[in-house]
Formats: sequence, C-alpha cells, structure tokens
Amino acid sequence: MTTALIVLPLAAALVVWMLPLPGRAAGALALLAALAEVTLWAVAVGQFDFAQGLQLEDRHSWFSDLGVSYHVGFFGYSLWLAGLTVVVCTIAIAFATWAGGDRSRGYHGLLLFLMGSIVGVFTAQDLLVFYVFFEAMLIPIYVLIGVWGGPRRLRATATFVIYTMAGSLLMLAAIIVFGLSQDTFSLVDSGVSSNDWVFLGFLLAFAVKAPIFPFHGWLVDAYRESPPEVAAILSGVVSKAAVYGLLRIVIEKFPQPVEQFQSTILAFATIGLIYASVLAFRAPDIRGVTAYSSMAQMGLITIGLFSLNELGINGAIVQSVAHGLVSATLFLLAGMVELRTGTSSFAGLGGMARGRPVLATVLMTTGIIALAVPGSVAFAGEFLILAGIYGVGWGWSVIGAAAIVLAAMYMLRLISAVLHTARGRDVSEDAPDVRPFELAVVVPLVALLLVLSAWPASISERSYLFEQQSEASP
Amino acid sequence: MIPTPKVDWLALAPTLALLGASGVALLGSVLVPWWMRRFFSALIAFAGFVTAGVFAAIVFDETANGLPLLAESFTRDRLGALAALIVAGAGVLSVLVAWGDKRRDHVGEYYALLAAAGAGMVFFVTASNLMTLFLGLEWFSIALYILCAMDTHREASLESGLKYLIVGAFGSSILLFGSALVYGATGTIGFSEIAAADVGDDVLLLAGLAMLIAGLGFKASAAPFHMWTPDVYQGAPTSVTAFMSAATKVAALVVTLRLLVVAFPEQADLWTVAIAVIAIVSLAVGNFAALVQRDVKRLLAYSSVSHAGFMLIAIAANSELGARALLYYLIPYGAMSIGSFAVVAARERELQAPVTLDNLGGLGWERPFLGAALWVFMLGFMGMPLTGGLIGKFYVFSAAYEAGWWWLVVAGVIATAISLYYYLGVIRAIYLRPAAELRPAIAGGSPPLDPPLQVAVFLSVAVTVGSFFFVQPLIDLARDAAASLPF
Repeated sequence: MTTALIVLPLAAALVVWMLPLPGRAAGALALLAALAEVTLWAVAVGQFDFAQGLQLEDRHSWFSDLGVSYHVGFFGYSLWLAGLTVVVCTIAIAFATWAGGDRSRGYHGLLLFLMGSIVGVFTAQDLLVFYVFFEAMLIPIYVLIGVWGGPRRLRATATFVIYTMAGSLLMLAAIIVFGLSQDTFSLVDSGVSSNDWVFLGFLLAFAVKAPIFPFHGWLVDAYRESPPEVAAILSGVVSKAAVYGLLRIVIEKFPQPVEQFQSTILAFATIGLIYASVLAFRAPDIRGVTAYSSMAQMGLITIGLFSLNELGINGAIVQSVAHGLVSATLFLLAGMVELRTGTSSFAGLGGMARGRPVLATVLMTTGIIALAVPGSVAFAGEFLILAGIYGVGWGWSVIGAAAIVLAAMYMLRLISAVLHTARGRDVSEDAPDVRPFELAVVVPLVALLLVLSAWPASISERSYLFEQQSEASP
Repeated sequence: MIPTPKVDWLALAPTLALLGASGVALLGSVLVPWWMRRFFSALIAFAGFVTAGVFAAIVFDETANGLPLLAESFTRDRLGALAALIVAGAGVLSVLVAWGDKRRDHVGEYYALLAAAGAGMVFFVTASNLMTLFLGLEWFSIALYILCAMDTHREASLESGLKYLIVGAFGSSILLFGSALVYGATGTIGFSEIAAADVGDDVLLLAGLAMLIAGLGFKASAAPFHMWTPDVYQGAPTSVTAFMSAATKVAALVVTLRLLVVAFPEQADLWTVAIAVIAIVSLAVGNFAALVQRDVKRLLAYSSVSHAGFMLIAIAANSELGARALLYYLIPYGAMSIGSFAVVAARERELQAPVTLDNLGGLGWERPFLGAALWVFMLGFMGMPLTGGLIGKFYVFSAAYEAGWWWLVVAGVIATAISLYYYLGVIRAIYLRPAAELRPAIAGGSPPLDPPLQVAVFLSVAVTVGSFFFVQPLIDLARDAAASLPF
C-alpha cells in the first residue's frame, strides 16, 4: 500500500518522460496519475486505524551487513502530511497543465518525481531510506527552478542546493554514526541516543530545510524565482519534510539532547518567527510576503514541536497542514496575478478587486485563514501550539501571540495592496478575472481549508499518539 | 620426459583469452582486408573481453578458498576474479565506446593493445609476489602508453602518450626500487612470505613499503602522484581515457589493497596513516582543481583523482568492511566513469572539437538520452540517491567510522560538498543554460547514429542505477572476494 503510494508517481514520471506526447497530453496524463495517487491516499486513510502507531508497513532487507532495510509505513501524522503532499502536488500539476509552458513532458515528469519522493520522506522508517528520499527531492527541484524559473534562477538554485546539501551531508555523517552505534539503521528498532554531535547534525539539516532562523538564506531567492506551482510545493510541502524529520528523528531519538537544547531551539524559532514576520511586513511583493510568512509559520511550527507535549505537537501538525494549504494557495494566486500583470510587486498592483469578484473572494478567504482569524484552521493550530508552549513557559506563548498580530498586519497589507487601493500601473482595465479552470484548481484547496476550519479535530485528534510514543521509547 | 610444473589453466584463462584476442586482432590488421578491418578487430576485442569476463566468473564461482599458484607467483582467488570481472566489464564497455570511432589507421593495433592492456590488468590483480606485480604493472602500462599516443595526427595525443610514458616509467621505477628494498630487508618477494619474515620496523622495509605505495599511487592517480592524470586523460583518445579511468583504477586499487593487507599486516599502523593522508590529499587536490576546469575531460580527470581519495579511505580502514566498501564502490564508479567519457566521446564526434562546459551546452535538450545519462552519472559522482554512488560513499564512510577514522568521514563529507559545485556545473551546462546563450557548433548535418556507444551508455546507466537497488547481491560478491584477504 505505502510502497504503491511512493512508486505510482515515480513510475508515472518515467512514463511521462518516455512517451512522446504533445504538451497538453503529457500534462493530462500526469494529472490523471496524480488523481489516482489522491484516490490511493484516500484508500489508505480508509484502511488506517488512528488509534494505533505505525501501520501499512512494507519491509524488505536492502543490505543486511549494515542493517539497512527498505522500510516504509505511516503514523497518523505522517499520513496527514502525505495527504497534504498528494493534494498540493496534484493541484500544482493541474495548474501547470493549465498554464502550459515549454518542455511539458520534462516538467510534469519532474513534478511527479518530486511528489513520489516527498511521500517517500513522510513514510521512511529507515534512516538511509529517509536520506535517499530527502535527497531525491532535491534533484527535481534543482531542475524545476533551474530550467523553468525566473531570470535570476541560476543564483537561486545554486544557493538553494548549497544550503540544503551542506545540511544533508552533515546528516549523512550523523546517520552513519547513529546507525553504526545502534547496529541498525531502522528507526523502529533503534533506541535513543544522547550524542550531541549526531543530534546537531540532524538538527542542522532540518533547520536548513524548514528553514529556521538563521539558516534561511536560500529562502527568498528560491521562492521568488520558482514557477508559482513549484513555489507552492516548496513552501507548502517540502518544508514539511523538516517537520517530519524533527519529530520522527530529532525529538524521538534524542530525548536528552533535545531537553538540553530546548530553550536554545525555542529561542531561535521565536527569533525567526518575529524576524520573518517583520520581513514579511516589509516585503515589496506577494511572493516575498508569502515566502517570509512561510518562514514565520515554520518558526511557529518548530515552537509547537519543541514544546514536547501533546498539545504543542498536535498543534504543529495541524498548523503544518493548514500552512501547507494556505501557502500553496497563495503562491498559485500570486502566479495568477503575475500572469495577468507580469509582476508580483506591490508597486505595480492594486485595485484588482474591482470587476474581479472571484479573485477577490478567493484571495480574501485564503488571506483571512492565513492570518488565523478565530474559527479558521490556522487559528486552531496556533491556539494548540500556544497552549502547548504555555506549559513550557508563559513567555514563549506571549511572544507567539504577538506574532499572530504581526501575521494579521502583513496579510492585511498583502490583501489591500493587491485588491484595494488605487489601480496599480501594471493592472490593465481588461485583465480578466479568475477563469473557470483556474478556479477549479484553487477551489479544492480553499474548500479543504474551510472543511478543516470547521473540523480541525479531524487532524489534531488523529495525529500524534503521545502516550504510545513515550512508552515505546522510554 | 621433462617434468613440468602443474599449470592451473582455468586461473590463467581470463588473461589468455585477452592475450589471444590481442594476437588475433594484430594478425587481422595484416590479413583482413581494410574495409572490414575495423569491424573485425573490434569484434575480436569485444569477444576477448566477454570471454575473459565469463572465465573470471567461473573462477570466482569455483574458487571458494584462495590457492597460490606457480611457486606463489600469483593467486587464484575471488578477489582477483572479481577485479578481473570488473576490468572485463570496463573493457566491453570501452570497446563499444570505441566502435563508432572513425579511426582509419592502426585500427587493428588499437584493439589489440586494448585487449593486451586488459590482459595485463587481469594478470596484475592476481599477482602475489613483487616480481609478478611489477610484470603485470609494466605489461598493461606499456600497452596504455601506446594507446594514449595512438592518434598520431593530434599533438595532444602524442603529448599525452609521452607524459604518461615518462611519469609512468618514473612511478614504475620507484615501485621497482621499493621492491628491491623490501627484498633486501626480508630476503623474499612473495607477499605472504614478506609478512612471515617478520622483520619488524626495519628501516629498509619501511622505505620499501613507502616506495611501493607511491608507485601504486601513480597508477591509481592518487594525489600527490596524480600530476599526469589531467593531461593524459585530456589528450588520449576518449575511448582510451574511458578504459583507463575505470580499469586502471580497479587494478591499481585492488592490488594496493592486496599488497598492503597480505604483505604488511605488521606495519598496518603506519600504512593506514599513510593511505589516509594520501586519501585526504587526493580529495583536496582533486576537488579544488576540478572547480576551475572548463574542459570536461580534465574535469572528469580531477574528479577521478578525488574518487581515488574516497576509495583509499576504504583501504585505510584496513578491515573487511573496508575491503567490501572498496570492491562495491568500484562497480558503480567504473560504470559512471566510462559512461560519462562515452557521452563526452559522442559529443566530441559530433562537434569535431574538444568538449568544454561551453559547447556541452544544451546537450540535455538536443540529445535527451545522452543528456539524461550524463545527468545520472553526475548524480552518481555526487553520491545522490538512485545511483550506486550514494551506497558506495555510505559504505566507505561506514568503514572509516568503524575503523575509528571519524576525521576521514568529516573530510569525505566536506569533499563531497565541494564536489557538488562542479558536478552541478556539468548539469547546469547541459540543462540550465538559456537558449540564447547556446551557440551550437555542430560540424555539419545531424550526428551519425552510433548504436554501440548508445548501448555502452545504456549499460553504464543500468549498472549505476541497478547497483543502488541491488546492493545485497553486489555486497555478497564483495564479501566473498574480501574473504580471500587475511583480516
């Protein structure tokens, strides 16, 4: 089951690459495969028992002398993260199919490949398998940005790859040390470790991926230069690989160092949260705001994870899913605005609400959810995180709450700069409203956000089984 | 009746098959009419390498325990058989790469020398005394000197052959000098007898050991004995470079492993440090020098220096895991190396000019298959997933860590990080360059179809990717081979 979820998009990628189809047909085929993947995921949810731990496992020995096996399976929270992945990637593929573009076969194949490897990351139960998928994500991203990105894409890809690879190579060393000292690379069989260096190796890799302050140097360039649907996947889904890694590896395998470094990590996450929020408020374009808000949210999610209690961790999972959907929607909307005006800079935008009610409604809804208005899923997530961190120290939750105010400031600024104020110089009178197909792409995301807003407990009560985990690893 | 020593013909079969092929190809260059000479000699060399591979596989299968042969001058064991198998595989691929070469003169000699070099290597990896070691080394080296200088109309090729000859002869003489010193210290030349002589830390012996390491270092192109590598790799015909980069490295590193482990177990605390230092120097030199290369063959040459560093880390581990890591690493490395030179050869034939990062531009879109293949090879060199390169590095680092060389792991990780820059540079050149920047300088018309080369590239990709998925069978082979060494 789990293997099928990983292999289906990878196999589909190969088919799309090999078959000499014209552009739109390749896109349609990719979309079909992606929809099949969503169905498969829904079937997996149907089979899943959220009261239990690891399920839907597949395990085969890969090479036995070092104790490495191909081992995949789902926990409640990773099933949600995988769901986020398949949904966002499917939407991204649909958007790319609609938007057209050259070298469509290569593009859609890479998107499918990316989808498969991200699902792989969320299911990996063996350190080397995790590393394989974690690195495999980089390959398509590098080409997707490098070939189809904006004018400064070469710099963006170089920075992105150097940052992330530096992190992951440290992780490789950490994996080797951890695995050899435990005599197994399995995340299920291995015990806990108290080696600070190994801990830091893992932590750094995920801090770069998230990104957590001060490892965010690659962020803005990568998000600005990517095609919109790739930026949606990057900020919505790829950053969540860090969440899975922090939770499954750092927090579960290194309880002692985590406790020791908890305040330091929380301090960096909080600084990142505030700093990124301020930067988002100052950013001159839609993508900049979304990129920095994404970083701020990752800071908040990290705070939730490192509150190390049930409320905080489940809040972090809810917030991960919510932010994934929000930020994907925002990047796709940015893409639509760019398609109409040729810019995402606020200097040239404004007044787009007039005569474009659909765009205004969608952007407004997403923006309001993003700023965590009470009743929204983001509010639920943030509330849980703040409640969780309150147990660690009330000061953290005060700062976290302050950040929510900042979120309101930058999101409202974004909404008003795009939709309201005077008509910008790049907005032509006859720039059309959101077209039906575009709407069909965005509506599922917004609808999911609304459903989750109505019922956030669907995730928060079905993700991280705190009792069981802490019993399993004393 | 004259008493003759019993000869184990099966153990010699891989070597003899290649020698035979070499002889037939040579005869063919005189007897076969010119219009089918190229096809004939390529076919013979191909058949020779295939036969050698089959015999090596049989030897591997039938030799559970190592047997010393002919007064212990060489050994029939699984280590030698596996190395011979890899060399034969590299030879098969190189013949396929060379097939489409529009060489007009010396074509028979070309394939004859290729087979002879292969024969020398297959013999070299079984050597178990210093005399046969030197014999094997010179045997394949001399064939390679001529092969490098084969394109007599190109100055670069002549320069390459001459440089390789001079530097190679220097390396060989150091090796020979070292052998003499070791003989002086122990009174014997057999590997296991040297170990048994047990003369301790005799200065003569240690000097000899150092010289032996240096001599083999020349062949493995490990820094600081790598000076010839970029010039020779760049100037030699590309199919020869492909063969050298894979097969010579296999032979030299396997023999280094065998020599050090079998003959010098007492001095292990010294030579592991020496090998570790050479490994680090190779990593540093190879990676930093590759950063600034524009010529793709030079870039790959420095990359091969840095990979020699990675593989020496495995030798420095001086453990069975290390031997396994080395033997595993050689398989995907050989495939990636030949494969990437094959792509370079294809581009060279198309452009009729040396391939640089500039004129590689757009390859990925013009020739989707070759471009994707080169992409896979670069990912393999980087140690990215879905290629055996990752597993190879994983094993090498694991072996180093288990042997207590944690700083070698750190050095390897840093080196890998640096190497990303130039490997990604190749990928950038083939995919990421904007169309406006590309000035394709195609020599005229669409490129000739070259099915053998495509097959070689395809096989290399298959090995590179397949070694990622089927680690266990390869590791089993490597374990069986490593079991013939006395750890």
